[in-house]
Amino acid sequence: MQKQLLAVENLTVEYWTRKGKVRAVDDVSFSLGKAETLGIVGESGSGKSTLGLSLIRLVPPPGRIVKGHVWLKGKDILKLREDEIRNIRGRRISFVFQDPMTSLNPIKKIGEHFIELIQTHEPNVSREEARKRAEKLLNDVGIQPERIDDYPHQLSGGMRQRVMIALAIALNPYIVVADEPTTALDVIVQAKILDLLKDVQNAYAMALIFITHDLSIAIERCNEILVMYAGQIVEYTNIKEICKNPQHPYTQGLLKSIPNIELAEQKLEGIPGSPPDLLNPPKGCRFWPRCSYAMEKCRKAEPRLIETLTDHLVRCFLYGEARDESN
Amino acid sequence: MSKPAVKRNMLSRIIPAIGSLKERGLSGWLVILGAAIVTSIILMTLLAPWISPFDPTTKGINVGAPLTPPNSKFPFGTNDLGQDMLSRVISGGGIMLQVAFLSVAICLAIGVPLGLFSSYIDGMFDRSICLIMDSIYAFPGLILAIAIAAMLGRGVVNMALSIAVVYVPSYFRVVRSQVLSIKEMPYVEAARSIGAKSRTILFKYILPNVVPSIVVVATVNFADAILTAAGLTFVGLGVEVDVPDWGWDLTNGRRLLPSGAWWVITFPGIFIILLALGFTLMGEGLSEILNPKVGE
Repeated sequence: MQKQLLAVENLTVEYWTRKGKVRAVDDVSFSLGKAETLGIVGESGSGKSTLGLSLIRLVPPPGRIVKGHVWLKGKDILKLREDEIRNIRGRRISFVFQDPMTSLNPIKKIGEHFIELIQTHEPNVSREEARKRAEKLLNDVGIQPERIDDYPHQLSGGMRQRVMIALAIALNPYIVVADEPTTALDVIVQAKILDLLKDVQNAYAMALIFITHDLSIAIERCNEILVMYAGQIVEYTNIKEICKNPQHPYTQGLLKSIPNIELAEQKLEGIPGSPPDLLNPPKGCRFWPRCSYAMEKCRKAEPRLIETLTDHLVRCFLYGEARDESN
Repeated sequence: MSKPAVKRNMLSRIIPAIGSLKERGLSGWLVILGAAIVTSIILMTLLAPWISPFDPTTKGINVGAPLTPPNSKFPFGTNDLGQDMLSRVISGGGIMLQVAFLSVAICLAIGVPLGLFSSYIDGMFDRSICLIMDSIYAFPGLILAIAIAAMLGRGVVNMALSIAVVYVPSYFRVVRSQVLSIKEMPYVEAARSIGAKSRTILFKYILPNVVPSIVVVATVNFADAILTAAGLTFVGLGVEVDVPDWGWDLTNGRRLLPSGAWWVITFPGIFIILLALGFTLMGEGLSEILNPKVGE
């Protein structure tokens, strides 16, 4: 599944804590084409946010990227100098963070955020010109341009997230990474923000990496889904396959936990247990303690990520050659 | 280019805030009161040469009989040299104010950058600076100031320096702890994610958000500096005897108190307290004004 825009290869990120190394992202590979939308789905602690941040080398200490490549248009981001990577941040890959309430500098007016961003990357642009661009961007995300002189606390959560989106698209990046952009918002605003993301993505022809814990949102909005569990990819495929043919027991569990409006009386099935402690993950498959299909083999060996169908990768002994071996 | 922008923002926040002070009830009025006290004392001191009825220095000896109690000619009485106490009180704040402003300026210049870099850089650098600051903090303030002033000798600058040494750790601590929490804020991470340099993050994102706390510490510190300055002159480590100073009058007045001359010590004392009180009241309220969320 090699695509031209972004290719992540064997990316491994560890947090070197006092208690030991925690492998938050374990050998993750994926790729992204122009204007595509990739959903990264997982529980809290599954490493999805760390994965997002490592794309622009902003894993907070004590985290470090220990292995792998992040190819952006053929250039390895992980090998760039500090000033080169700064040029990528915000200009080629930009972020929309989870908490809009604190993602804007409280003592800077909305317009100042745009002016600083634009002038950081395009020093020749004058303040007035940057301001004009900011007004247009605000208009594009559905905020009256007059609000440009407001302070962040004068805007509601939804409006602040719109501002964050406007900032993310300001320099026309290749990729926008939205890290749980709607988690802090109520459901109505959530839907509007998601629609807005879709609209600007289409208008600006950007690729979108959508990080969420909510598989239903990802299914609704993405072309491809990458399901993460305990730092590893457990399933990686397109949207059709996920709905019709979810293979990994974890993905199946996530799907069963989505309420269905058409079934009148329906009991939601959860996944028992909680995600493993990554300081000492379970031996074998990381999901086996919670898996209803767990076999003897799952406790001993770690399954590899295998391609069961075209464009469908799964990390489970139930499928492919791995199953044949176990029989 | 960036600096004027920050300044403009600060001003635009302070000016409307003063207008809205009255609407904040008691605390707002206290700020106005504090500012009024401080401003009038500063004005009084500046205008001293023109408004004091007699010369407050040794040239004004024996303008009246020594130790005259307050009367219509000498409202605050006279001291043992026959100097007019009113004139001495009017011009006696000058040294104290100079020392206070200078020492606060020194504290700001040292404590703020140190706290900023120390907690931003972190690691061994932070540890060692903290250790030094904590060991200074462990001394009783006035005793340390007296010791340093005794080594440096008399004079305004030396007094300011010895006071600054005592109070730098308070600035350092406040700034450091604020930076520790602010540097983890999502908007700082957001700034990094748009490619901001460390310098930009430090001076445009972190420092402006620390400023409100610094202003509060500085105003409270003014009060402390004035009291310490008074203490230094009281023990004879201040300025030359000839210069009128409230602290010196306190020492002198204490000696005269047994003879019943209460006025020599009382009036300078009241003005020291007033000045310290004025700064404290201002400090309390400024913390509210400088918080942009209160200005809503």
